[in-house]
Amino acid sequence: MFENIGEIVLLFWRTLMALPLAWRQRQKVFDQFFEIGNASLLMVCVLSFFIGAVIALQTGPVLVDRSLSSAVGGIVGISIAKELAPVMMAILIAGRIGSAMAAEIGSMRVYQEIDALRTMNINPIHYLVLPRLIAMAFALPMLVLVAILVGWFGGAVVAEANNHINVPFQEFYSGLRQIVEPKDVANGVFKSFCFALIIATVSCHQGLMTIGGPRGIGRSVTKAVVNSIVLIVIFDYILTRVLLK
Amino acid sequence: MSDPANSNSGVSVQVRGLRKSFDGQEVLKGIDLDIKAEEIFVIMGPSGSGKSVLLKHIIGLDPPDAGEILINGESIQKSEIASKYRLALVFQSGALLNSLTVGENVGLYLTEHRLKSPEEIQKIVAGKLEAVGLKDVTDKMPSELSGGMKKRVAIARALASEPQLILYDEPTSELDPLSAVVIGEEILELKKQIRVTSIVVSHDRDLAFGVADRIAVINEGLIVIVGTPDEVKKSDDPLVQKFLNADFKREP
Repeated sequence: MFENIGEIVLLFWRTLMALPLAWRQRQKVFDQFFEIGNASLLMVCVLSFFIGAVIALQTGPVLVDRSLSSAVGGIVGISIAKELAPVMMAILIAGRIGSAMAAEIGSMRVYQEIDALRTMNINPIHYLVLPRLIAMAFALPMLVLVAILVGWFGGAVVAEANNHINVPFQEFYSGLRQIVEPKDVANGVFKSFCFALIIATVSCHQGLMTIGGPRGIGRSVTKAVVNSIVLIVIFDYILTRVLLK
Repeated sequence: MSDPANSNSGVSVQVRGLRKSFDGQEVLKGIDLDIKAEEIFVIMGPSGSGKSVLLKHIIGLDPPDAGEILINGESIQKSEIASKYRLALVFQSGALLNSLTVGENVGLYLTEHRLKSPEEIQKIVAGKLEAVGLKDVTDKMPSELSGGMKKRVAIARALASEPQLILYDEPTSELDPLSAVVIGEEILELKKQIRVTSIVVSHDRDLAFGVADRIAVINEGLIVIVGTPDEVKKSDDPLVQKFLNADFKREP
């Protein structure tokens, strides 16, 4: 992966330079945006509901035993907003959408469709990468916002329903409001924006670099997902450190 | 004086000392060719002789290790060449974009470069498809077409840019003899209609001798002979004769 970092950065830079052409590609951006949202929304809701639920289940009894029931909402709220929703959703999207991007562009490369674009003087970065990057940069933060809200709800449901916790909805959300500030949610959304750029760039890069036949496409898909996840985790630490204050 | 790039006439192509290696194996070993404007130039040779690699270099898809390719005297390596001259390649596989309909494929060049309004593009697409003998396929997906139809759609797509140079990579491979004749007739018709320069890579002897103004035979990365179909037929080069006269020998 690391030997390709230079190429990935170069692809990202070239795509950024093509941003003035984004309006011309708006239909493709919308198509990709719809594809990402349509394919992932239900999965995002299910995943984030249960993440919220399990965090409440893990922390709730421990806090309640120590008479800290008012902190359950805050712990669940801040961990989901700042960390779990952005990272888990980014990993989900890397697996669900990043793999699809690498496979689609990879098969276009293998079956000479990208060569055909180049012979027509159509830049593959403008035609293929730019719409995917923009769509991902908008879609993932929006999905993360949904995930945060659903995750909180999942935590609240378990906090109220579980006999070992028994924290009512109102107390859960009151505790959440005391600890979670709008900037915490903004931090999570900003992180997801950065992860979106990583997933789209890495996946498109792997697609464009595909060689060989179906086996080459499979290899590209695997590398796109693994490399995206590794970079997400590394950048998660860096961004958390930078956003700490 | 009119700008040759904006005219509809074909362009000339010169290949000078072209060399290319892949993984240490030299595929092109110093190719020199002069292709005149508006001629149909066929490059023949056995499989693996470097024909398709040469074609990719001529259209600028692959960079050469050494040597250069000139279009109307200007190096293809210059970035502005692609926008100055209209070049098109008909791929062996067709290379249609599978996620687009046939109509969108044919109109792709015009749509992406915003050269015409959507209504005009629709008319041009219908006209180009008709020119290659296809009707009622505009809304079909490439996966719904036969191999021959895909090739004809690929030719229609190439024609949509009104090219000055059109390159065909094995245009009759995988086609039945009747479809191969139709493709050959279309290559001839295009020369008559739009005065395009055509470079055809093929090992189909019938097609080569049927359409070519001149033929080059390439073997192991080197040009063996260049000449008119008659000159090539009369060549006493043993390799050329072996290639041209190869046939089954069946015991009675």
